[in-house]
Amino acid sequence: MPLIINGSPAPVPHDPRVSLLDLLRESLHLPGTKKGCDQGACGACTVLVDGERILSCLALAVQYEGREITTVEGLAGENGLHPMQEAFIVHDGFQCGYCTPGQICSAIGMAAEVRRGVPSHVSADLTADVALTREELQERMSGNLCRCGAHNGIIDAIRDVLETRETAV
Amino acid sequence: MSIIDSAKSAAQTLVQGAMSKLVPLAPDSWIPGGVPDPLIARKHGLIGTPVSRLDGPLKVQGRARFSAEVDAADIAYAALVHAAVPRGRIATLDTAAARAAPGVILVMTHENAPRMNAPALFGSSPTAVGPADLPVMQDDRIHWNGQPIAIVLAETQEQADHARSLVVATYSIEPSITSLKAAKDAGPKPGLFMGEPLLTQIGDAEAFLSAAPYKIDHLYRTPRHNHNPIELHGATIWWDGDTLVIHDATQMVTAQGLTIAGVFDLKPEQVHILSPYVGGGFGSKGLWVHQIIGAAAAKLAGRPVRIALSREGVYRIVGGRTLTEQRVAIGAQADGCFTSIIHSGIAAMTPHNNMPEPFILGTKVGYGADSFKLSVETVEMDMVANTFMRAPGEAVGTFALECAIDELAAEIGMDPVDLRILNEPVKDPISGLPFSSRHIVEAWRRGAERFGWSERITTPGTRREGEWLIGMGCATGTYPYYRMPGAAARITLTRNGTATVEIAAHEMGMGTSTTTAIVAAERLGLPMDKIDVRYGDSTIPGAIMAGGSQQTAAIGGAVIAAHNALVAQLLKMAGNDSPLAGLTSAEVGSEDGALVKLDDPTRRESYASILNRAQMDSIVASEEASQPLEMMHWSMHSHSAIFCEIAVNSITAETRVRRILGSFDCGRILNPKTARSQFRGGMIMGLGMALMEETQFDERNGRIMNPSLSEYHIPVHLDVPDIDVIWTDIADPHTPMGAHGIGEIGITGTAAAVANAVYNATGKRVRDLPITLDKLL
Repeated sequence: MPLIINGSPAPVPHDPRVSLLDLLRESLHLPGTKKGCDQGACGACTVLVDGERILSCLALAVQYEGREITTVEGLAGENGLHPMQEAFIVHDGFQCGYCTPGQICSAIGMAAEVRRGVPSHVSADLTADVALTREELQERMSGNLCRCGAHNGIIDAIRDVLETRETAV
Repeated sequence: MSIIDSAKSAAQTLVQGAMSKLVPLAPDSWIPGGVPDPLIARKHGLIGTPVSRLDGPLKVQGRARFSAEVDAADIAYAALVHAAVPRGRIATLDTAAARAAPGVILVMTHENAPRMNAPALFGSSPTAVGPADLPVMQDDRIHWNGQPIAIVLAETQEQADHARSLVVATYSIEPSITSLKAAKDAGPKPGLFMGEPLLTQIGDAEAFLSAAPYKIDHLYRTPRHNHNPIELHGATIWWDGDTLVIHDATQMVTAQGLTIAGVFDLKPEQVHILSPYVGGGFGSKGLWVHQIIGAAAAKLAGRPVRIALSREGVYRIVGGRTLTEQRVAIGAQADGCFTSIIHSGIAAMTPHNNMPEPFILGTKVGYGADSFKLSVETVEMDMVANTFMRAPGEAVGTFALECAIDELAAEIGMDPVDLRILNEPVKDPISGLPFSSRHIVEAWRRGAERFGWSERITTPGTRREGEWLIGMGCATGTYPYYRMPGAAARITLTRNGTATVEIAAHEMGMGTSTTTAIVAAERLGLPMDKIDVRYGDSTIPGAIMAGGSQQTAAIGGAVIAAHNALVAQLLKMAGNDSPLAGLTSAEVGSEDGALVKLDDPTRRESYASILNRAQMDSIVASEEASQPLEMMHWSMHSHSAIFCEIAVNSITAETRVRRILGSFDCGRILNPKTARSQFRGGMIMGLGMALMEETQFDERNGRIMNPSLSEYHIPVHLDVPDIDVIWTDIADPHTPMGAHGIGEIGITGTAAAVANAVYNATGKRVRDLPITLDKLL
């Protein structure tokens, strides 16, 4: 059974050592998903699997047979950029642009977690609906490192999308 | 060095010596910037309005191709084997198992590598950017723990990574210096930076210090740091006949191409470096050994090579900022006026490189005093060659100096802002040159008011919220204005009103491509969407290093020169049938797609009309920027006042930055949107430096112990508060566009502001970065 990458089937690699990240970047020519550490420390390789964010560098491609994988290349639709992509430009949520695909995929996956009411380390009440405070978003995005220092713009972009364009995500 | 080179260098030194005496005395009008750039006066254009990054849509879709992502047919994947001892010789190197492993194409070691020259050491000529003067994979010698000793090429990355694990090396170890104590015992040497000794003495600073009624005298320590751009260093390399093509992540395409040409005995035009996107650099994206090894392996294998370093690989072969130990002593009179500033100490280096962390540079222009003693000495260790990292010198130097000012203010019982303003010099305290544009007092006053500095409680350890101790601190940052020689620009203007501006510059997130389009549009009198900016390619004329916060000024100066040449060509072409007939290029400017007489805008002719009449589709003007003599004529710097509020947990000693404000005086801000991001980015790196960043070095064997982003901590989202940034926006009349560099000013001063806030919160002075909780418990 193939993997489904941005809606298109892709064969499972013969070499079981191939990570999902390397499959995307080297075999499928989708280098939008970035390699920043290859050991699960930086978040640059974040992709969505059936809507959930995962680190593709820690995922073996063979484990994802039949799963729906969305990468940064699959976010923009016929009507243009995804709202999160637009917001990152408007709020200057990046500088060099290297951690950006991971930040954007992570933010989209996080929005779904918030909608499901999944609490975080800084949630005061584990049973209440998640309040979208700045701190709550910062905590939930802390697995995505940025070295240029675009943190403020990234959080502003995500808040903007979640507060004003929630339905679009 | 040959006799001819020595003679050349001696002659150059003589000329430079004469210039440095004459240029300060020359009339302003003789100096570039003596007549203000006309763009400074233009208030209603694109300059100063926020513009989103032009490469934004590409980057948010992951469609910008970084260097290790360039496609090539039949590509071979590389993996490096690193030495595990600090110094010695390779005794045996068994590559048989690796060569026999599935998919392996080649294993290259010093035994089969092609013969190559050692790269020319950074600074040994204006275009030399080698990391060290060591030959690369040419012999069995080991110079640092982590030095590459073999490269494996295979059909896939997985196969290369496996095969590299099969290479077995043994060593005959030689004595090495891997502890700071041993390095100091071996004796320090005078530091030399850009050919100048790092030593300044005015008056008898020690005597002034001992006579001063108020004084402080302390030792400050800063550890090694690594740049850690999120993009790993990597390159895609191939040989096209005798031409070497390197898609690289670099801040210096031109100089790197020339240095690599020297390694392989190629003509400059036989090396083509392309680097349109750089995933963060901060000083680290330059020439290291991996590009040379990769190119040699590509030659041997006859195939394109992708060499993408692992994160650990980056720590092993890409040097970072070195450690420093700094003494700062300041003496003051009863009224707080400084009589003595002493800033001296050591920085570790290797025997083979050329980067003494020049931590006294900021002190040379910080404050007035009756006497100064400033020096940097170096001690040598066997380690990976250290290098430039964001604000080399100033970042760690201002930590020591600005903490010392805070300590002195507490000693005198003065507000630290008032103490700084009191000691504000009227001219450069060391060179005596006039300041080109220094409005730091305004930055201090505006910053203090906006931050609410007056609410700070002077007595440390007295403001408490529950279990949290709250404190405020402040510090000054400073960074020089640079405009390096050698920049050029090529402008191609077409009949349909578009222009292409080409510069051998770099975009690693500063917003260079966007800001260049803004400035070129204003300069050429064209809409921004008619400007195409091309950069990051060594075939473009000139050399513009993305370093020293100088790119914008260097590009600005080059575009001014190319624009002048373009105007002269257009006037000549316009001839006697033009309304502009008889005018010189000095009398003419660009506006709305036309050349216009500056003091009589009714005399004008459009570019299209001029080109039409001449029956030309386009014209090209390529020109080098003026010599940057302004730096010898005025004292030119960016300035900041940083304020921060922190909370320290009284039980766990966890430190949280609650608020931070940067008030900047950096000339005219060209694109507020990207500038704000750059200021914030520098300040965030300063927060990391203050509270968490440290490259841990095993003094027993010279090996870096935390070569990963899990163990080297950088600020994450939750560590970064909403950062307030303001600026004076006062144009420097003597620089292109009135601008100063802003890439490095943000990190300077920030660590001291945090440390001073920690003192205000807890009463504890931590003079040894980073301020981790163990130092506060």
